[in-house]
Amino acid sequence: MPSTETETDPAAAELAESIDLRRELADTRVGEVLDRLDAELIGLTPVKLRIRQIAALLLVDRVRRRVGLTSGTPTLHMSFTGNPGTGKTTVAQRMAEILHALGYLRKGHLVSVTRDDLVGQYIGHTAPKTKEVLKKAMGGVLFIDEAYYLYRPENERDYGQEAVEILLQVMENQRDDLVVILAGYTDRMDRFFRSNPGFRSRIAHHIDFPDYSDQELMAITETMMQTQNYHFSPGGAAAFRDYIAARRQQPHFANARSIRNALDRMRLRHANRHFAGGAAVSLADLSTIEAEDVLASRVFTGASRPETAR
Amino acid sequence: MRITQGCFSFLPDLNDGDIRTQVQYCIDQGWAVNIEFTDDPHPRNTYWEMWGMPMFDIKDAAAVMLEFDACRKAYGGRCYIRISGFDSTHGWEAVRISFIASRPENEPGFRMIRQQTSGRSVRYTIEPYAADRPEGDRYRA
Repeated sequence: MPSTETETDPAAAELAESIDLRRELADTRVGEVLDRLDAELIGLTPVKLRIRQIAALLLVDRVRRRVGLTSGTPTLHMSFTGNPGTGKTTVAQRMAEILHALGYLRKGHLVSVTRDDLVGQYIGHTAPKTKEVLKKAMGGVLFIDEAYYLYRPENERDYGQEAVEILLQVMENQRDDLVVILAGYTDRMDRFFRSNPGFRSRIAHHIDFPDYSDQELMAITETMMQTQNYHFSPGGAAAFRDYIAARRQQPHFANARSIRNALDRMRLRHANRHFAGGAAVSLADLSTIEAEDVLASRVFTGASRPETAR
Repeated sequence: MRITQGCFSFLPDLNDGDIRTQVQYCIDQGWAVNIEFTDDPHPRNTYWEMWGMPMFDIKDAAAVMLEFDACRKAYGGRCYIRISGFDSTHGWEAVRISFIASRPENEPGFRMIRQQTSGRSVRYTIEPYAADRPEGDRYRA
């Protein structure tokens, strides 16, 4: 075969040299999705970096395959760890889009499940239930939220173990049919992986979601308000900055989720203020959150009842 | 005798890639995909056993292929396996596609029986040779 090799080799090399990765990026919709990820998701720098790396690898793999350089399909199962409200589910959604755009997933839908969807109630119930979910997720992403509940070491007859075994088997054998993303809080996920070493080794990407800084939370608030057609008065913005700092010190702080809930309650107070005022309101009044709407929060007044001030 | 039933019956047997393409077509049309098997090849036998439930909330043919492989592992070589797509839209509510996806290695075919009745008239009927043996035992080597 030496003659054919000398014939194809330079051709392949020439082709490889002339491949423009930028153009390749434009051909797939990946660039677009990545840019949207950058623009719409605030903060999360390490996460974005990792996603860019994965996208780059898949893109290069695509090109390599076209030129005839074979390499096995990469394992893309992931685990997302981080505190509540750091955007794990949102990023998983985007991940499905990116993998679909790169042609790694055929459909690119996201099936989001928890323990209840996988684990059955009685003997023989778990396997069909887990298989049903896996079948639904084929061609897309299976997102298992709070995955550590699958394994309950305190109950040795727990059916979770059975679901874990089926998952592991499919994760290994049908790598090009679906991508599994496990998500959960960092410390509990660590414990989960320690007791299920099979999972750790089958997951290629462990991505940690950092907490948001106060500035990032403020930026998130402004984006959320923009989509709901509200905005802060200057006083309101200052008050909300104080609110974020104060809320962070209290228990059950859930990053962006806490902010969304705070926003909902501010809207309530805002509506009630205008309702109780009785005077005619202008268009600007209807969309401006004032300092008093923020400052009425229990976060500032009664630190004695923190469990209600989520 | 190679038995022909349903769609694509005059084509050579479909390979896995072809089957996957057809199944994906069914899914894209919104049809529920069923896997059925039987060892009674009579054309009037409409009651085939179902392998699992009809699959109607899946997005990708890989899920059907998973079940098809499992069915083939259990019954391949000694049963016919067919895949059908059921359209539940109002007004259709019927099987829109049905094709044989796997068949026994050797198919003995049919015996024709001539029954002499009153006068000189003759009634014809066919009977699969395979049906001579009891159910479940018909295509065992």
